[in-house]
Amino acid sequence: MDWFNLETLWFGLIAVLFIGYFVLEGFDFGVGVLTRWLSRDDTDRRVMINTIGPVWDGNEVWVITAGGAMFAAFPLWYAIVFSSFYLPLFLILLGLIVRGVAFEFRGKRSDTRWRWWWDQAIFWGSLLPAVLWGVAFANIVRGIPIGEDFLFEGNLLDLLHPYALFGGLATLSLFTLHGAMYLALKSEDGGDVQQRAHTLALWLGFVVAAGVIVFLGWTYLNAVSLGDTGVVPGIIPVSAMLAAVAAPLLIREKLHGWAFVATTATIALVTLTLFLNLYPRLLVSSIDPSFDITIHNAKASDLTLTIMSWAALVFLPIVLAYQSWSYWVFRHRVSRASVEAPTETPMQVLERRRAIADQRRPGTDAEGS
Amino acid sequence: MEALEFARIQFGSTTIYHFLFVPLSIGLAPLVAVFHTQYVRTGQERYRRLAKFWGKIFLIIFAMGVVTGIVQEFQFGMNWSDYSWFVGDIFGAPLALEGLLAFFLESTFLGLWIFGWDRLPPKLHAATMWLVVLGTHVSAYFILAANSWMQHPVGYTIDAETGQARLDDFLAVLSNPYLVGQFSHTILASWTTGAFLVLGISAYYLFRQREVEVFTSSARVAVTIAVLSSIGVAFVGHDQAQHLTDAQPMKLAAAEALWDTEEGAALSLFAVGDVDAGRNVIDIGLPQGLSILATNELDGEVQGLNDLQAAYEEEFGAGDYLPPVGVTYWSFRIMVGAGMLMIALALFGVVSSVRGRIADTTSRLNRWWLWSLPFAIALPFLANTAGWILTEMGRQPWVVYGVLRTSDGVSPSVSTWEVVLTLGGFTAIYLVLLAVTIGLIRKQVRTGPPEESDEEVDEDHRTIAPLGAY
Ligand code: HDD
Ligand code: HEM
Ligand code: HEM
Repeated sequence: MDWFNLETLWFGLIAVLFIGYFVLEGFDFGVGVLTRWLSRDDTDRRVMINTIGPVWDGNEVWVITAGGAMFAAFPLWYAIVFSSFYLPLFLILLGLIVRGVAFEFRGKRSDTRWRWWWDQAIFWGSLLPAVLWGVAFANIVRGIPIGEDFLFEGNLLDLLHPYALFGGLATLSLFTLHGAMYLALKSEDGGDVQQRAHTLALWLGFVVAAGVIVFLGWTYLNAVSLGDTGVVPGIIPVSAMLAAVAAPLLIREKLHGWAFVATTATIALVTLTLFLNLYPRLLVSSIDPSFDITIHNAKASDLTLTIMSWAALVFLPIVLAYQSWSYWVFRHRVSRASVEAPTETPMQVLERRRAIADQRRPGTDAEGS
Repeated sequence: MEALEFARIQFGSTTIYHFLFVPLSIGLAPLVAVFHTQYVRTGQERYRRLAKFWGKIFLIIFAMGVVTGIVQEFQFGMNWSDYSWFVGDIFGAPLALEGLLAFFLESTFLGLWIFGWDRLPPKLHAATMWLVVLGTHVSAYFILAANSWMQHPVGYTIDAETGQARLDDFLAVLSNPYLVGQFSHTILASWTTGAFLVLGISAYYLFRQREVEVFTSSARVAVTIAVLSSIGVAFVGHDQAQHLTDAQPMKLAAAEALWDTEEGAALSLFAVGDVDAGRNVIDIGLPQGLSILATNELDGEVQGLNDLQAAYEEEFGAGDYLPPVGVTYWSFRIMVGAGMLMIALALFGVVSSVRGRIADTTSRLNRWWLWSLPFAIALPFLANTAGWILTEMGRQPWVVYGVLRTSDGVSPSVSTWEVVLTLGGFTAIYLVLLAVTIGLIRKQVRTGPPEESDEEVDEDHRTIAPLGAY
């Protein structure tokens, strides 16, 4: 157990927070991107937005907490990563800003110009962060020019290395596939949105599988060239590849639930691979290994780490419990009929409501009243 | 100007912007929860309409609070990396705890509230709003714990090896005497802000005699909160000023433009200063006022700027330890002035309300009162902004008082043009969003609370699938 210490625990917990973030916000980024490609009209877009409506903000808090945890557990890491990735983070922030308000503001007016603008915000605001998180993580693993005193000595171009750009495409396509599977599960069964999500996923699944294999292979080569393969290769990256290959096969069988499990596993395992590859470093210096930021030279005091550990031990399970409950409450599919603006008279509404109540009676829908 | 100046402008302006929405989130959430609870308890239609009407406005504001908050969290690392490295051991924990304990709670249960109208049993549904209320207050507590530590560092030592601040005593950080005042002052200010928004919009309706029954209800609730919290905020503020006598005498002296240490110092009402000469050209004051405010004694000693400057030079070496005196002085006056006006307006409303005449437009005085309230919505925003400017600029040149200078906190690897670019980007998008937000709130106000028949239809299509705001 001599490898175990508080800084390793926090390295692990931060990995967990980012895995939670990419798995959860991954599908809502994906849905945001797909609002452009899988919708034929405004109603389709509303269906898609409503599938993530109640949960996207809770998903975003995973990254806020991860950022706070980096700050508290490894202040040097937080300081250097955030100031080095200055412009990518600025773009991520812009994306998250316009996207976040778009979900709230879009439905507030019905004219098409208004909606068009917010649709742009949702698309670009989902696409940008989905790409840039990949770019940022690939850079962290591959290394950026960190010099003496841990100062970033590069510029924007140093961050746009082919490996990093490929990483960005990998996260974008993976999240998009993940979002397509989410839509297949959450939109009307047999409906148009589900159909289109399925059709797209049929080929996108193979692209993603190839992309994940290349990305992880490339990661391995990088590690070799750094003279440190750490825990890569191993069971984790191989499982990540297998999960990525399984996804399109499951999609072909129309096993959407299992395919969603496969994309979830892919995201989790790819993220885990990156973190394992990194350990015990936090940010690799491409100038000299002695400038690497590691869990040892960046760690906060034992007192802070202990306090934070207790807080995480008590509160993380509570958070998981109520977030799961919220997913359970909103487990139903969202249909076109449910989001269409009612154009009927109150009498017609009453009749329709009665018909629906009749339909539902024998079925599944016991809660909610 | 260099990166430092732009980074300061950026931090100041984005935080002020964040804090336009924060107090409304904190102040409106309890009102929505109260109306919703009343509806569940009594089944009265007007409470449901109120819960929905204020709920919609709350959601617009909350969304803005969320997206501007993320900028704040990232900004510490982006623009203030040396600062972040220095304070992280102490400062990071409250921030992380805020996410873990507060933001998850807020965001998850707000989602449940928005989409839960016919997914959740009514009592449970009303409870989700109370959990949002809890989340906003817990979040305020932790972020203010971090801020209070910058104002009045406690429970730490400086690491001899690395030069970083190291945590010694977390409970001391969470029970910082400075925090007690700052938290209660900020929360009461937030409730005042929420109450004045509700009061202002209700008065708009009552003045026009529209929806009188519904808005009489909300005006009465709001006026009660307004009077309690606006008087409360003044008392707590007075306490906080006394605390400054010990914690940050320089800020107090600047807020009063008091140049020389005096016993029985006057409370300045209007002054024009000459910073170079270190004195006021014009000074009109209440005799002994400041000494009473600061020490509760007629001839208590209050330290002046010139003497403090000399004392600081002795302690920390040569340098300019004066905060921007003019800004600090006038922001204090704007805050207190706005506060006094609000107390007056709230007291008048309570009298009207007790006499059952809150909606009376035949009395000239009451009519005038109703007319003025929509304009008074601006007062708490003025006071909040001025209060923070006083707090933050009055602390300069320190970012952590007496420990770290602002100029030593800025990110060394970020170039000036990068900060200018992001400053421009945030400013542009923030201005657009502000216009949109105000437009949407105005539209919501003009539409009014949903009619019962609309509501029927609206509710119906929610029965099939929850739609919430979309
Ligand atoms: C006194 C209260 C207060 C103060 C001084 C601040 N905030 Fe704030 N913040 C809140 C009170 C609040 C809140 C009431 O909890 C918000 C506003 C609306 C909302 O959604 O939550 C919020 C939202 C909010 C969010 C988004 C949370 C989410 O996604 O749900 C973040 C990341 C921050 N804030 C971070 C900060 C930082 C880093 C600040 C320091 C400069 C800061 N806030 C000042
Ligand atoms: C939400 C209300 C707040 C407002 C309106 C506000 C306002 C400001 C302003 C105007 C400045 C610039 C001061 C100057 O440079 O002259 C500033 C600086 C700063 N504030 Fe705040 N502040 C708020 C809350 C906070 C909180 C809660 C924290 C920490 C948790 C914080 C941390 C800082 C830091 C690190 C700076 C550094 C930049 C500097 O000193 O110039 N602020 N703030
Ligand atoms: C009427 C008498 C008031 C007095 C004597 C007073 C006093 C003070 C003092 C001394 C500070 C600075 C504390 C510091 O530097 O930490 C402060 C800050 C502040 N004030 Fe006031 N205040 C009053 C009214 C108000 C009102 C009416 C509002 C808003 C509705 C308000 C909002 C704020 C805010 C948001 C801050 C910054 C947070 C803080 O430092 O507590 N104040 N006030």
